[in-house]
Formats: sequence, C-alpha cells, structure tokens
Amino acid sequence: MNAFNRLMTGAALGLALAVTSGPMGSAETPANMLVIANRIDDITTLDPAESFEFAGSDVSRNVYQKLVNFDPMDLDAGYQPEVAESWTVSDDGKTITFTIRDGLTFHSGNPVTAADVEFSLRRAVILNKTPSFILTQFGFTADNVEQTIVADGNTVTITTDQPYATSFVLNCLTATIGGIVDMKTVMANEADGDMGNTWLKTNSAGSGAYKLVSWKPNESVTLQSNPDFYLGAPAMERVIVRHVQESASQRLLLERGDIDMARNLNPEDIAGARGADGVVITDELRGRLMYVSMNQKHPELSKPEVRQALKYLIDYEGMQNSFLNGQYVIHQNFLPRTFLGAVDENPFSLNVEKAKELLAAAGVESMELEVGVREAQERIEIAQTLQNTFAQAGITLNITVGTAKQILARYRARELDVYLGAWGPDYPDPHTNAGTFAYNPDNSDAAQATGLLAWRNSWDTGGLTEKTAAAVVENDRDKRSQMYAEIQATFRETAPFAVMFQKIEQTAQRDNVANVNLGGATTAVSYWPITK
Amino acid sequence: MSDMTAPDLTWRAWLLTDAPTSRRHAQLASFYQGWLSLRSNTMAMFGLGILIFLLLVALFAPFIAPYDPFVQSLGNRLQPMGAEGHLLGTDSLGRDILSRLIYGSRITLYIVALVALIAPVAGLLVGTVAGYAGGWTDTILMRITDIFLAFPRLVLALAFVAALGAGIENAVLAISLTAWPPYARIARAETLTIRSSDYISAIRLQGAGALRIITKHIWPLCISSLIVRVTLDMAGIILAAAGLGFLGLGAQPPSPEWGAMISEGRRFILDHWWVATVPGLAIFTVSLAFNLLGDGLRDVLDPKDGGQ
Amino acid sequence: MAVTDTTEGRRRAPLVPWIKGALLTLGSVAVTMLGLLFVTFIIGRVMPIDPVLAIVGERASQSTYDAVYQQLGLDKPLLVQFLYYLWDVVRGDFGMSLLNARPVSEDIARVFPATLELATLGVFIGIVLGVPLGVIAAVRRGSWIDQIARVVALVGYSMPIFWLGLMGLLVFYGILGWVGGPGRLDIFYQDIVPSRTGMILVDSAIAGDWSVFRNAFSHIVLPAALLGYYSLAYISRMTRSFMLEQLSAEYVTTARVKGMSERAVIWRHAFRNIRVQLITVIALSYANLLEGSVLTEIIFSWPGIGSYITTALLSADMNAVLGGTVVVGLIFICLNILSDLLYRVFDPRSK
Repeated sequence: MNAFNRLMTGAALGLALAVTSGPMGSAETPANMLVIANRIDDITTLDPAESFEFAGSDVSRNVYQKLVNFDPMDLDAGYQPEVAESWTVSDDGKTITFTIRDGLTFHSGNPVTAADVEFSLRRAVILNKTPSFILTQFGFTADNVEQTIVADGNTVTITTDQPYATSFVLNCLTATIGGIVDMKTVMANEADGDMGNTWLKTNSAGSGAYKLVSWKPNESVTLQSNPDFYLGAPAMERVIVRHVQESASQRLLLERGDIDMARNLNPEDIAGARGADGVVITDELRGRLMYVSMNQKHPELSKPEVRQALKYLIDYEGMQNSFLNGQYVIHQNFLPRTFLGAVDENPFSLNVEKAKELLAAAGVESMELEVGVREAQERIEIAQTLQNTFAQAGITLNITVGTAKQILARYRARELDVYLGAWGPDYPDPHTNAGTFAYNPDNSDAAQATGLLAWRNSWDTGGLTEKTAAAVVENDRDKRSQMYAEIQATFRETAPFAVMFQKIEQTAQRDNVANVNLGGATTAVSYWPITK
Repeated sequence: MSDMTAPDLTWRAWLLTDAPTSRRHAQLASFYQGWLSLRSNTMAMFGLGILIFLLLVALFAPFIAPYDPFVQSLGNRLQPMGAEGHLLGTDSLGRDILSRLIYGSRITLYIVALVALIAPVAGLLVGTVAGYAGGWTDTILMRITDIFLAFPRLVLALAFVAALGAGIENAVLAISLTAWPPYARIARAETLTIRSSDYISAIRLQGAGALRIITKHIWPLCISSLIVRVTLDMAGIILAAAGLGFLGLGAQPPSPEWGAMISEGRRFILDHWWVATVPGLAIFTVSLAFNLLGDGLRDVLDPKDGGQ
Repeated sequence: MAVTDTTEGRRRAPLVPWIKGALLTLGSVAVTMLGLLFVTFIIGRVMPIDPVLAIVGERASQSTYDAVYQQLGLDKPLLVQFLYYLWDVVRGDFGMSLLNARPVSEDIARVFPATLELATLGVFIGIVLGVPLGVIAAVRRGSWIDQIARVVALVGYSMPIFWLGLMGLLVFYGILGWVGGPGRLDIFYQDIVPSRTGMILVDSAIAGDWSVFRNAFSHIVLPAALLGYYSLAYISRMTRSFMLEQLSAEYVTTARVKGMSERAVIWRHAFRNIRVQLITVIALSYANLLEGSVLTEIIFSWPGIGSYITTALLSADMNAVLGGTVVVGLIFICLNILSDLLYRVFDPRSK
C-alpha cells in the first residue's frame, strides 16, 4: 500500500502544479504590440518577386513600398502616389514616366532611388517566378527590360507593348510584385546569380512601415516598426502574426486576451465570440469568389441547357444562411463587388423543377459527375449540399476530396468534371478576373494555358475573349465599366461557371483595437494605421 | 420436445469428456472448455456483448435508424442532444447524428474485417516463408520487415493514402501495410520453433515438399497466437482508421465514418460539443469492447502469459 | 543459421565475433536505412501531387513551371534522381525544403527538440506512474487495485487520442483554464530565452527564467499527460506481466520461506530481475513517442516532427519528408539496437 500512497501523492502534486502554473486571470498584450492569430501556413517565400499567397501579401504590403499604392483609410479612392510622386503618360498611351519621391529611405538607411525601382521591376521580370505574369502581360521580357524599364535621374520610364488602360497598368503595380527592394542590400546577398532570391525569401529589404524580424514557417511572422516611415512611425512597434490552425483555439486565445485579433473564426465561433467581454466583430468584404465550374469536355455538361440547369440546382440561400452565415454573400458574377465594372445581378436560385425541365430539354435523364474539392471544411460542406440538391434532379455527384495540390493538378490537366473552388483577384483591376474567367484565345489541349480558368474547363468563351481583350485597352473609365457589365451579363447565362459567393472576412478583435483595414477586395492588410 | 434436455446433457458431457474419441472430438472439447473459461470472464463477455450489439446494429441499420443518414436540412442544423426527433442532435448540415452513427457502424466493421483479413495473412506468409526457408530469403524478408517497422506508422499510412488517393479501400490497404510486420515476426518466431521439431522432421522424411509443410503443418500451428494478436490489434486498427478519417484521408464525404464525424464536429467543439463527442464515444466503446474480448481470449488461448 | 554462428564463434578468439556482430549490425542498419529512403523516395514520386505545382502555385505560366521542373531535376531518370539524393544525404545534406526555402536539416533541428521534449516528458510520466502501478497490480493480483489498473490500461488502449486531446483542451483549457492552450508558449513569452537546446523547458531553466518555464510547462502538461497516459497503459501492463512471471518463480518462494520481508522480495529480488525487460519496453514506448505523435501534435499545434512530416507530405515537399523520415527511422533503429544491446549485456540468461 505504501507505494500506492506515494503514487497518489505524486499524482496530486502533478495536478496542483498544473493548476498553479496555468495563466492567471485574463492576460493582456502589451500596449505597443499587436498580436494576431491567423493561418500562415501558405507562406512559401517572402520575396516580393515570388510571393503570391494571402499571408505573404499581408507581410509584403507592410514591408515594401510600391510606385503607387492604396490608402488603407480610403481604399475607394484607388491607387495613390507612393514611391512615385507623380507620373505622366505619353500620347500614344504606351509609355508612363514616374517621378520618384525624394527623401525615402530603406530600412538599411540607403536612399530609395530610381535605380532601385528599375532594379526591382527588372528583377521581377527576369526571375520569372509565379506572379511575374502580372508584369509580363505588358510585354516585358527578360530580353527587353533594358529598353522597356529604364531609370533616368529621378525618373523611371516603362514602355508597354500596347496602349493599355493606364489604370490597368498602375493597378498591376500595386500588387505584391510591384514592391521596391533595396538594390544594394539585395545584391550584396546574391548567390549563384539568383539576384538575391534565396536570401529575400526569408529576409526583407524594403522601405515600408515595418521590417521583417523573423518568419518561422507554420509558427509566426514577427515585424518591427520602421521609425523613419515617411508617414510617421507606426503606433504598433511590434506586430506578431501567430499561426493558429483551429478556429476554436483562435477564439479561446482572443477571449482570454492572449491575442488582439483572430482572423479565421468560423461562423459558429463568431457567434460565440460576439457575446464575449471586450470582443468586437468586424465584417469586411474581400475579393475572393467561390464558384463551381463544369468541364466542357464532358459531353453532357457542354450542352447549354445542362449548364443552366446546374445553376438552378444550387441552394445559394440555404448555404448563405446556414454554415456560411456571415462569411459569404451570394454573388453570381466574376467581378467582385467594389471592383470597376462589378454588377449586382444574381438571377439564379434553387429551382429543381426548372432544372428538371432544362435537363429534359437537353435529353439528360440522369448522369454521374465527379466533383473535385480541396480539403477545407466549408468547401466539403458546399460540395455535400450540391450533392444533395443535384440528386433531386437525378444527378449523382461523387465527391473527391484531396489536398489543394492534388485537386489542382487534375483541374489543370482538364480531368475533373466539376470543380468547386475559390478564386481571388491577383491585382485590383477587372482584367484580373475577366482575363481568366472569360478569356481563352486557344482552347486546344496543346495550348497548355493552365493559368486560365476558361481553358481548364475547356471553354472557348463564345466570343468573350475578344470583348475582354478590347476592354483592357479602353481608356475611358465609364465605357470600360460598361463593357465589363456586358461581358458579365453574357457570362452569367452561358458560361460553364456558376459563381456563387463572395467572401466576407469576419474578424474578431479586442475592443481597444482601432483602424484595422484588411485590404478590402483589392489589397492586403495594413498595420501602420492601427492603434489600441 | 420433451427429450430436449437429455441430448443436451449428453452433448455437454461429450464435450467435457476427458477421453476424446477422435481428433475432431478433442478439438471441439478444447474449444468448449475455452468457451467456458471465457464465459466466466465478466469483462470479456461484456466486450463480446458490445460487439454482438454492434453487429446487430450494423446488420439492421436501415430498420433502426430514425432518419436517412444523408438527408440534409440546412434550417435544422446543430440541434442539441435531445432535440425533438433527434436524440443525439444534428450535425452541421442538419443530418441526424444518431442515424449517422448507426450507419457508421457498418463502415467500422467493414474496415476492421478487411484489415483483419489482409494484415495477418500477409504477415503469416512472409513470416513462415522467411522462418522456414532461412538463409538469404530470411535475411531479405526480415530486412524488408524491419524497413516497414522503422517507418513511423501513421506517416507511412498517410503517405500511402496520399499516393493512392483518399478513400476507404485505400485506408484499409494503408493500415494493413503498417500492420503486417509484427505478424510476420510472430509467425517467423513460431516457425523457427516448429521447424526444428521432430514432428516436422518426420513429415519431411516422409517426402513432403516445403509448400505442403508450410501450408498444411506450420500455418495451422501459428494461427492461435495470431488470433489473439489480431483481436488485441482490432482496437488499434479502429483507432488508426478513425485517425485517417479525422485527417480527411479515410472515408470520403458524405460517408458517416466516425473519425470523419469527429473531424467535422471539432469546429464546433466550444458551443456544440456533442457533434464531436458522440462519435468519439462510439469509437471508444467499440475499441474497448475489442480490448476486453482480446484480453479474455488471451487468458484462454495463451495461459502462459499469466492472465494478463 | 543461429546454430552455425555460435559453433564458429566458439572456435575463434572471443573478440572476433563481437566485431563481426558489430559490423553485421552496422551493415543491417545501413541496408534498412537505404530501404527506408528508397521506399519513401518512391512514394514521393508516385504521389499524385506535383512538386512543381506545389512550388509555383495555381497561376504560374507554363514557362515558370518548366523552369522549376528542370531546376528540381525532375527531367532525369528516377534512379539517377535517387542516387543524387543519396549522395547528398551521405554528406549530411538533406536539401532545401521546397516550401519554405530553408535547409531541411535546419527545419529538423527546429522541430525535433519540440517532439523530444514532449516525448521525454510523456514517457517519464508513463514510467513514474506505470511501473509502480504494474508492480502493485501484480503483487495484489485480482484485488480491486489490479482491476483498476486493468481498466486504466484498457481504456488507454481504446481511446482515440485525437478525441481525448480535443476533450482535454475543451475542459482544462477552454472551460477550467487550468493549462495553457495549443502551441508551446504564450505569445509574449516567445523569443525571450535564447534557444540552446530547442527544448523550452531546458532552455528556460538554463537561463533561469522561471516565468517562461512555468508558461512552457502549462502548455506542455496536457499533451504530455495525454502521451504519458498511453505509455502508462502499455508500461503498466507489461510490468505486471513481467512481475507475475518473477513472482511465480521458485526463488521468490524460497525467499519468502526464508522469512524475507515481502517488500524486500518484491523490490530487491523480483523487480531487480525485470529491469532489463522493462528497459526494452520503455525504449519501444519512447521510440513510438519520438516518431512524432502526429495526431497529438496536430491537435495541440505542437510544432514537432510528426506534424512536420505530415504537412510536408501533404504539400509534396519531398525533401522535407525524406529528411524527416530518415531521422525518425534512424532514431527508431538506434533505440532498438540500444535495447538489444542492454538486453545482451545485462540479461543473466544470455551470458
């Protein structure tokens, strides 16, 4: 019995230790520090010429300045001067000359010069990483950058291959890839002619409001404020973004005061956190769309009636009001709300009878389809809801769940019948979505235009390709907007895409945190205006 | 009808005899005695009871389940336990959790049955061949076994499922792939003992071939130790399958696999805890039942282990 | 085969078979490792995840894609790729992680201590509670405490760990607030103490920063208790079984007849004789925990090697998967050899 007694004492002691070592009461983060819980496992690099993920753009926006940029307190105003003080456009509309602002410095202390701008843009083109198409679509190539991107004194001139809408070009320069890097620092860290790419993946050389202290993959990103920031030193001296996968964990951390903001709460946890002391919920419309697409290689799906029918077999309302509640809003057009040319018409709703008529007209009685979904809970639930409503019209939908990469590979190979996925704009110009949903100049397998959603679904766009190409060179803003409205009207009815929802990001934050802007539908989060 | 008791008693006496009249008689008698000793083990009988119950539930699922496990009702989601018409509440898509649990028992049994067939057979094959053949064959086969043993088990299963694609059959294969090496080792050890026995030498002298010796004489002798091991492993198999389901690599939606149900429910753990708790309890109950039965079986079949 | 070996050994000098044995062991370790690498490599290549796509992402143009494809050497034959990889590994270079642009060895050095810390504490709990429980259960066979020990162990074997972890978090962190949440530290305790060993409990103790130590402890206590429970279940059952074997041995009866105190019989004689077997069991249990308890690490956001390999696997970061598997496999094999060795050295019967 002696040993048993000792054992019990040991257990009791362990328990007592656990109790006393727990956090005492509600903790609070320091006043000059902003702590955010977010999912940051998508970051693979922080080099602005390569970075292309949500969490990466969040870092980049605060570390690197761009020629033109958005004011977080007034996103609707569109791009504003930043590194470029002003700019002029040549008469033929192909050349833009930027005058570089005086007195900006990099975190290293080096001045920001026209040569740095030239280097940064050329570098992005030459490195030819994933987001490089945002610049190369203007005709820049590794061979011609010496002529097309040129610094002279305190000006930089870029020359495009066609007279694109100036707003289109400048909007593209606000994307992450337009970030200006410190040439001297970057080239000092060059290895094997990589233009500093390896080093910049995990370090920063910018002139923005913050500099990177550390990025620990799947753990955290730590930023330190730049006291010399041209708009004044930011109030938050340190920003820590911690990777917390689970919504429930994020909520507990927030309710206990361990963090200031939680960015990935699901609707149930939002509802729960709403009632918690000192927590407020804010909604911000983002640019991401949720859509279902139908592969036109499938003999039945290529029939126009079948495409229409499927659009009537989606329970938009039911999903919006249940498991997507508050986080997605019905939106059936490829341009997100707040974008130039966005329209608000959502004609489709669940109508099984109408769908059955359409299917009968197409001579389809029953069919079996495979839908590819990546393993994110909300998407799996959407897929199951689709399965449920499709079945009511005699369509069997088999769900294949995989990791993002597995599903994507099959989608790009044009193998999936139906794909359920999300699409976020790459840069804040309507062409970013029009150029992928409604643009497909060569629909052959050999074209391998894997970046175009229309191509992935083997859709020849029925003439929308030309209209999209025309819209992108239209310099009259109202006319351009009208053109996109027309493209979307045709798209809605005929395209093999059922755009369903637009994302609303619900953030739960401590009630003392103010001036948070996540970037709306156009850009990423800005930390520098935040106070608490 | 009236003389039912008499043959019954005779049967009992016949089974409990000390002097069996034939080989079959002896086998049956020892089986019956095992059963009697198992029956006196309350915990094992409790486990057996649960398993029989599970079997019945799985068999009669369509008659027992109050709802179709796949029918959704988005307006009626996340109902609490005891809500009207939903004893265990509803899940995120408004499906009845009790009905899903009942249908899920079929999947659990399916996985367990398949793995219990594949892994020990594979292990038996490798182990007996290695043990009987010896030499290079033994070295190579055992080296392969070691390689698979050195793999982190769940990682190997994950890799396998990731390579073949998620799904219940692939999950079964993956679990079998990680489960066979211990069986191979047991079978090899038994084979080594049996191989050098006089009995096998005698058969060999009679001119029996290796194949015949392995299948007719060595396999039957390995089986009882394998059965104990399999029963004890069942719980592990259920837990591994649930783990794969939890990671989204097992049964695919909308299948009501229990591990996947936990995974779906864990998002609501703070406010709707029952969605994840109920399937967790179900997994626990069934694997506990297998463990209790396995424990009892070991007492019966393997008395040298001191009634562990 | 075993028979020939010993007869040969007897004829030669006593040291020779020892060296031969060591060489054989080394050789078999090398072969096992090679096999392990090869299997992992093949799995990585047949996986329907495109490593190029994993790097360049959804929107890359074909020319970007092709550039990375060549850069990874995927245009070369499979065997050539494997040999290249092998050559690098032999020189201690696991390559760069495809997804976070760091050397895999650096990653492993970062994640492994987290697992080591957790596993060590877990197995410690398992030993401290499991061994006495097993001994008592054996000594008082059939008593209520034996029954309790049995139930405790069986429940441990039967509980889905990810579910128990979730429930533990819900109750002890969410509702009661007794322990720290997921992760290794609260955010403002991070980066305070310098990382010497990577194990925060050890680092903070070295630095003498007890507030960090307490915080780290509040985070590790729940997952460690969970893992501890699992190894307790195993260790206590095995201890009981070993003890029963000893207690029924003749020398125990003799000692009792001689009038030796029950305590002395149990601890000085019976227990002493099961130590070696026990070490093997503990080593196995430890090896299992060190392999990275994937599910526990995922539930508790513990940045250990199990979740590292899993994440890498699902995103086709093959260098990371291979590196992680090699390390884990090596540990498993080494612990096995170690316990084998201990067995041979200390077991009276093998002398």
